[in-house]
Amino acid sequence: MSAIDRRPPVPRYAHGSRVPGWDEAVDLEKAPATVPDPALTPVPQQLREAIEAEMAKYPDRRSASIPALHIAQRHHGWCSPEAITQVACVMRLTPAYLTSVASFYDMFYLQPKAAHEVYVCTNITCSLLGADELYERMCQAAEGHDITVRGFECLGACDIAPMASVDGEYVGPLNLDDPALIVEDVEAGRPVLEHKQLRRRAVADAKGRVENFDGLAPVGQEGN
Amino acid sequence: MPHLLFDRIDEPGLNTIPVYERRGGYSALRSALAMPPEAIIEEIKQSAIRGRGGAGFQMGQKASFLPKGEMAKYLVCNADESEPGTFKDRELMQKCPHALIEGIIITTYATGIHRAFIYIRGEYQLQADILDQAVAEARAAGLLGENILGSGHSLELVVHRGAGAYICGEETGLLDSLEGKRGNPRLKPPFPAIEGLYAGPTLVNNVETLSTVPTIINMGGAEYAKIGTQGSTGTKLISVSGDVQRPGNYEIELGTPSREIIYGLCGGPRDGRSVKMWFPGGSSSPVLLESDLDLAYDFDTLAKAGSMLGSGAIIVVDDSHSALEVMQKVVKFYAHESCGKCVPCREGTNWTLKMIERIEAGEATPMDLDILASAQSQIIGHCLCVLGDAMAMPVGSIVEKFRDELAEEIEAARERANSLTYATA
Ligand SMILES: Cc1cc2nc3c(=O)[nH]c(=O)nc-3n(C[C@H](O)[C@H](O)[C@H](O)COP(=O)(O)O)c2cc1C
Ligand code: FES
Repeated sequence: MSAIDRRPPVPRYAHGSRVPGWDEAVDLEKAPATVPDPALTPVPQQLREAIEAEMAKYPDRRSASIPALHIAQRHHGWCSPEAITQVACVMRLTPAYLTSVASFYDMFYLQPKAAHEVYVCTNITCSLLGADELYERMCQAAEGHDITVRGFECLGACDIAPMASVDGEYVGPLNLDDPALIVEDVEAGRPVLEHKQLRRRAVADAKGRVENFDGLAPVGQEGN
Repeated sequence: MPHLLFDRIDEPGLNTIPVYERRGGYSALRSALAMPPEAIIEEIKQSAIRGRGGAGFQMGQKASFLPKGEMAKYLVCNADESEPGTFKDRELMQKCPHALIEGIIITTYATGIHRAFIYIRGEYQLQADILDQAVAEARAAGLLGENILGSGHSLELVVHRGAGAYICGEETGLLDSLEGKRGNPRLKPPFPAIEGLYAGPTLVNNVETLSTVPTIINMGGAEYAKIGTQGSTGTKLISVSGDVQRPGNYEIELGTPSREIIYGLCGGPRDGRSVKMWFPGGSSSPVLLESDLDLAYDFDTLAKAGSMLGSGAIIVVDDSHSALEVMQKVVKFYAHESCGKCVPCREGTNWTLKMIERIEAGEATPMDLDILASAQSQIIGHCLCVLGDAMAMPVGSIVEKFRDELAEEIEAARERANSLTYATA
């Protein structure tokens, strides 16, 4: 047995909460970016219109920050510096402000991501039912494919635990063979695991059900 | 017991106005618009309905704290639903979005509010799409916008998608997030009812609370209050998950014995396993034991038993899992979700996680359990919002109730670690 088998000691200092980058050095020489000049910042027409439509929904345009970042992320694939600058230009905000917002929320990427993403829930209920192993399996299955896999906090679907959200589609309960099938479906551009989609499940409460519902039975009630 | 929210909720098309109206939908709105606003608040007060989002504050009382008269006031529906174990709002919004919209219109009419927002967690993409469609449908039918059904009341309703942060379920964190900022909670007071969104008076209520409003108007508040117990009126949607055979959402009358829920409705743990512990109200609630299964499931009984009803999410853990495993998962979540604004929570959650990792790594001694427990009592009541408490309460209860098991675990981990060290020496 080698010394490597012993677990490394728990580090004294680390940070887990929502302040990513707290220990990254900043470039103090660089001039702070101001609100981008519209004349010098080309913004795709479609992106501009979508962001402006969001801004119009709120009494204060800044409320559209999150919707606008969602739109820009969809357009550019991630919240790249270019994407942030374009949003800042349309919303008349500084890139720093939008970066501070984007870095707070788990769904925004300040690093490039793959075209597809799988969130595997690894929170309490899912992990009681085997999510940690599922997550490993998912990571292995996705290797070499254009898919980002992330362990995620409770996705609000513990009734189908262990579960995952594949490009927003909730599927579960998953077994260890499912990751390979998910990758196949994603690669083929098909709906993911149709026989396990949450959108098709009946409610567990018997009085909630109707005869003409043609979906899936609730978990554990397949017989009735 | 009547099913008020879940009654045949699977009916295809219930998410559209024609089916919803055929089943009596929007009739409460029509009656409400013929009543004086104060009378509606009075009905809600009489129903004594307590908030379904976690804190359990009486809705009628909260609505009456809003200043009267014309001013920029807001209603925000909390659809962030990210308390681990909770998934009831998801089912409501997906299958019966118009009950929520109707509840919102009635509540805004009663409180003189003309702008409302539904803040839905970003991960609920299907549910947000369904809400968007339902809102558009309601607007086309004259149920939203100017002069609703000729009543003179007008309302703009916007569905706002979040982007993944548990703290945005906390009402003031939610308001900051809705204002387009990082979702950091605010110092209270002032409470949102006085100074909330854009510094205007704001009523924040959970999806289930607002979806119940039409039922209260249809039944009458006094009649609604006859369901459930005196301090916990009405029915409640509960999300049951974990080691049970039939997990899912159920509607129960408040005061139902917990055993009847976990064993009767959900079939109890799988083959030959027994209940080791259960969270009665999401992962933030102090854990209860098998011996607590006869407690009535209502706000007051669970509070008296040292726990809470919270969001109505029951997580059952059977005897195949260790207390340490459960504790670690819970703590990891809160450490990840702490927003970092206040020290007891930011440091407390992260240090607690490290202490638990030390147990696993064989670096802890049984004495550390005392430190772990005392750290929790330093967190409770000392944070800006109750996220810190939400970790400290379950952790404190697990250390208290499973102390012997944890002490054994610590010894075993030490021995494991030592034998590895000797083997390499
Ligand atoms: C950390 C934290 C997270 C919360 N998450 C939610 C949530 O996801 N949904 C919700 O309705 N309430 C949540 N709450 C409770 C809200 O702050 C607030 O009390 C509730 O939305 C009020 O609505 P109600 O009176 O209808 O229950 C949370 C509270 C805290 C402290
Ligand atoms: S714990 Fe996985 S969805 Fe809730």
